[in-house]
Amino acid sequence: MTDLGPLIPRNRAIHPVPYDPDYKTSVARSPNLPLLSMESGPSEETGPVFGHGRIGALDNNLILNWTKGAAPAVGERILMHGHVLDETARPVRNTLLEIWQANAGGRYRHKKDSYLAPLDPNFGGCGRTLTDENGYYQFLTVRPGAYPWPNRGNDWRPMHIHVSVYGHSFGQRLITQMYFEGDPLIAHCPIAHTIKSHGQLDRLVAPLDLAHSRPLDFLAYKFDIVLRGRRQTMFENKLEGM
Amino acid sequence: MVQKLDMLQETPSQTAGPYVHIGLMPSYTGNGGIYDEEIGVSPIAAGARGEIIEIVGSVCDGTGWALRDALLESWQADAAGIFPGQEGADPGVSGHCRFAADAVSGEFTLRTVKPGPVLHRSGGRQAPHISLWIVARGINIGLQTRIYFEDEDNSADPLLARIEQRPRVETLIAKKLGPGQYRFDIRLQGAGETVFLDL
Ligand SMILES: [Fe+3]
Repeated sequence: MTDLGPLIPRNRAIHPVPYDPDYKTSVARSPNLPLLSMESGPSEETGPVFGHGRIGALDNNLILNWTKGAAPAVGERILMHGHVLDETARPVRNTLLEIWQANAGGRYRHKKDSYLAPLDPNFGGCGRTLTDENGYYQFLTVRPGAYPWPNRGNDWRPMHIHVSVYGHSFGQRLITQMYFEGDPLIAHCPIAHTIKSHGQLDRLVAPLDLAHSRPLDFLAYKFDIVLRGRRQTMFENKLEGM
Repeated sequence: MVQKLDMLQETPSQTAGPYVHIGLMPSYTGNGGIYDEEIGVSPIAAGARGEIIEIVGSVCDGTGWALRDALLESWQADAAGIFPGQEGADPGVSGHCRFAADAVSGEFTLRTVKPGPVLHRSGGRQAPHISLWIVARGINIGLQTRIYFEDEDNSADPLLARIEQRPRVETLIAKKLGPGQYRFDIRLQGAGETVFLDL
């Protein structure tokens, strides 16, 4: 019998460094001491399940969800879509994806955001969906604007959409950001560059996907997501005390 | 040359940023009503079996300042040590909660049921604990840790046993304030730094 075993240990080398002086807030918020590594157990291998019943029909349509369909948000209409897979290339089915973003002018609907760009009365800025049987998901939204932020003297965030994913176990929990192909601000962004490998950062840059764009309606951007996988346990030795 | 392994690599993390609540707790930012029902509002429903407890605490940075923008998620077993979704689990326990540091005080509150000891794959028993995942601006990859309880027998817990510097074990143990009341402070960096996990 094969069974799903422990989570494959996280390869921390592909992830951002926790401490990065160019991203000033990380300096006092990054642990100094090493993480405690251990094989995963039930606390990490189980996780919350979200039924389809909780997801509304407009939840993955950020153009319409804030006004319940009454009026569309301002901006370039885009489809963000892709697959969620695990490291063993299996689709992650029925998993919750949530996104949030600034509006087309680069302004968040948040009391702490005081950027000059105006709020769009028809745009809330969040959406959610469940992946289907193939791990596939879609969001219809507007392309978020770039925005300035207080860090070094003149730092701007490239256009980006924040993404939160669950997977099927709490140990797979991940938050990341999707960037857009061709955005010149990516090269200057200290948050993007907390990821030290250019090859890894490129994996967060969604390509323009003309084949899935709808003429006279929206452009598509493809963003695939990979979560931690599980080891198969055909030959599992039990270690004493573990 | 060798064969290819055909493994994919995990997607790199990025900070949740200052506006994470817009996406995960819209009501908290005054954007409620966008969804019929938000995710992780409470880890328990009416009728949950076991002792109802309240854990208060804060998330401090390396200067001792409590973060006002931290968002936390918890995941836990029910009072019998069974996780939601597993056979025999208490239907009154969803086990998952989202909660935020208060924007003024930095204090958070988690109201839940006290979990039971959890059986490990090997047959060993882990002391009652709640898993935590912490994100905020300046945290580039979500931090995992656990809340254990001062009034439980933690002596045989395999994870706590792995902590070499014994005084650091205390950073994972909630202090009892009174019946059903606990305090658990998280220190991201420096003196008393919380033990963070890579599981
Ligand atoms: Fe942002």
